Amino acid sequence: MSNVESVTQAETPAAATAPNGGDGGAEKPRSLASDAWRDLRRNWIFWVAAVLVVLVVVMAAFPGLFTSADPSFCQLSRQHAGPSGSAIFGYDFQGCDVYARTIYGARNSVAIGLLATLMSGAISLVIGMAAGYFGGWVDALLARGIDIVLGIPTLLAAIVLARRLSDSEDSGFLPVVLTLGVLTWTTGARIMRSSVIAAKSQDYVAAARMLGAGHARLMFRHILPNAAAPFVVVLTILLGANIATEATLTFLGVGLRGDEISWGIDISQASQFVREAPAPLVWPALFLAATVLAFIMLGDAIRDAFDPRLR
Amino acid sequence: MFRYFVRRVLQGVLTFFGATFIVYALMFANQTDPLQALAGERPLPDNVRQALTERYHLDDPFIVQYGHYMRGLLTGDFGVSLTNRKISEMMSQAWPVTIRLAVLAMIIAVMISVTAGIISGIRRGGPFDTVTLVITLILLALPIVVLAPLAQLLFGIQLKWFPATAGADPGLFQLILPAAVLASLVIATEIRVTRASVAENLRADYVRTARAKGLSKRRVIGIHVLRNSLIPVVTLIGLDLGNLMAGAIVTEGVFNIPGVGFNLFRGIRTEDGPLVVGFVSILVIVFIVVNLVVDLLYAVLDPRIRYE
Repeated sequence: MSNVESVTQAETPAAATAPNGGDGGAEKPRSLASDAWRDLRRNWIFWVAAVLVVLVVVMAAFPGLFTSADPSFCQLSRQHAGPSGSAIFGYDFQGCDVYARTIYGARNSVAIGLLATLMSGAISLVIGMAAGYFGGWVDALLARGIDIVLGIPTLLAAIVLARRLSDSEDSGFLPVVLTLGVLTWTTGARIMRSSVIAAKSQDYVAAARMLGAGHARLMFRHILPNAAAPFVVVLTILLGANIATEATLTFLGVGLRGDEISWGIDISQASQFVREAPAPLVWPALFLAATVLAFIMLGDAIRDAFDPRLR
Repeated sequence: MFRYFVRRVLQGVLTFFGATFIVYALMFANQTDPLQALAGERPLPDNVRQALTERYHLDDPFIVQYGHYMRGLLTGDFGVSLTNRKISEMMSQAWPVTIRLAVLAMIIAVMISVTAGIISGIRRGGPFDTVTLVITLILLALPIVVLAPLAQLLFGIQLKWFPATAGADPGLFQLILPAAVLASLVIATEIRVTRASVAENLRADYVRTARAKGLSKRRVIGIHVLRNSLIPVVTLIGLDLGNLMAGAIVTEGVFNIPGVGFNLFRGIRTEDGPLVVGFVSILVIVFIVVNLVVDLLYAVLDPRIRYE
């Protein structure tokens, strides 16, 4: 399901027009970060993505700003009723307000996406850093480990793992976070490893080592900040992919469940009654797609700005 | 070539054992009552419990259990579902349908992505290229749970161009819409990779030589560039297989196609643990084997890979 690998390896869109930064040597030299920021500001894809991301995060944090309706108040009498002034997207099979449920659904998606990505980021940071920094047999061992995890299709393993972790009592929130965190770290680890290897051979690292810096100081103070940019990009794209995978797991019935409000649950329920009422399916699906798209576009735009080879 | 072959096969064997071990451990290890977990929320009668304990060798230590499981996998015995059907039998009925669907999806994907990728690669930065890249970005972001039901709604129910659901033995026409949905999962990456390699190959020395010899543009692109550009696309088929499998579970579920994914979909929903484990194991094996074959094929097509 997750297309992280393909997104990060794929070509850059031409829409991210080449910057016209080389306007004479009169300007003072800029750092990579400020250069990248100059690029980003001119890229409309970045702005569209950033606005969408901010909107979704606000929606997740303060759903009350967008709707005053209660998403869990449902009345069978208004089953599949059409849109009205109070419920602009109409009502679903259970007679719940589709608009309110769609707004409130953002919270679970964003929370799961963030937590799972943080967890997977931490795992890939440790593994990628260790493999890249120490090299030798540590690297060989970890590389085989990465190969094995890559050898398991993510969604299939997630189905087994989420089923295994979840207790029929709970909402499925934590199992999904753990499942995604444990299964999606491989791309991040590989990127981290290669950028650590590149950063490690720089002169300033050798200088710091000669000044007597220890392993930990070298790794976190000198190498990490210079290897972080591609890693952050991968995590941004992974966040989008994680939200998509969460919805898929929930749709299949091994993710969130019960009284939770989530786009995956709504899509799964509405797809059974799609012939009678398409609206309860369409709206959560569009919100989900827009959210995933926003994070992937954001990562794409940042990568283009930070990748000096494209200049 | 031989050294590469041996190394890659050994690596594949290692991955195979590691991956099946993880899948097995995920399902059974460390559980207080694995049988109850297999049965889901349904209560388990005593005689069933006893039979299941024997069937899964639950009295043995974990590593012995894994040994039994591996022997089953290698001899084609994948177990029995909770509805008491042989997994291998269900598989043999489901595979032909899924293979038909997958082949159709691959044909659609390759046709569209190679054409679009070549045009984009030749006219980089042109309007066609820009539009294609925006479309690929959107395709990459559309989760299968959005794509499959929406495609069914739009083309199957509202426009009625295609049948909304497929029957017991779906024909080619019934499979076109689901195959297109599956194809769209991989089209985006394939277009981007084709475009990148076409653009790279256009700058290569052998293309300049071919042009200098006075070959027609059609021949330079059709023979020289195209052939070399398709090599990376071959590896993608292996990588994409994982995406396709994930997509097939949802797509076959939504469109009611009685293939492998549909069985798995139903197994998950009815909490049929043995069925899920059996099917997932087989799919993992297929994934590993196909990736191995694709890697070896890649080395045959592109000699540079062997000497890395």
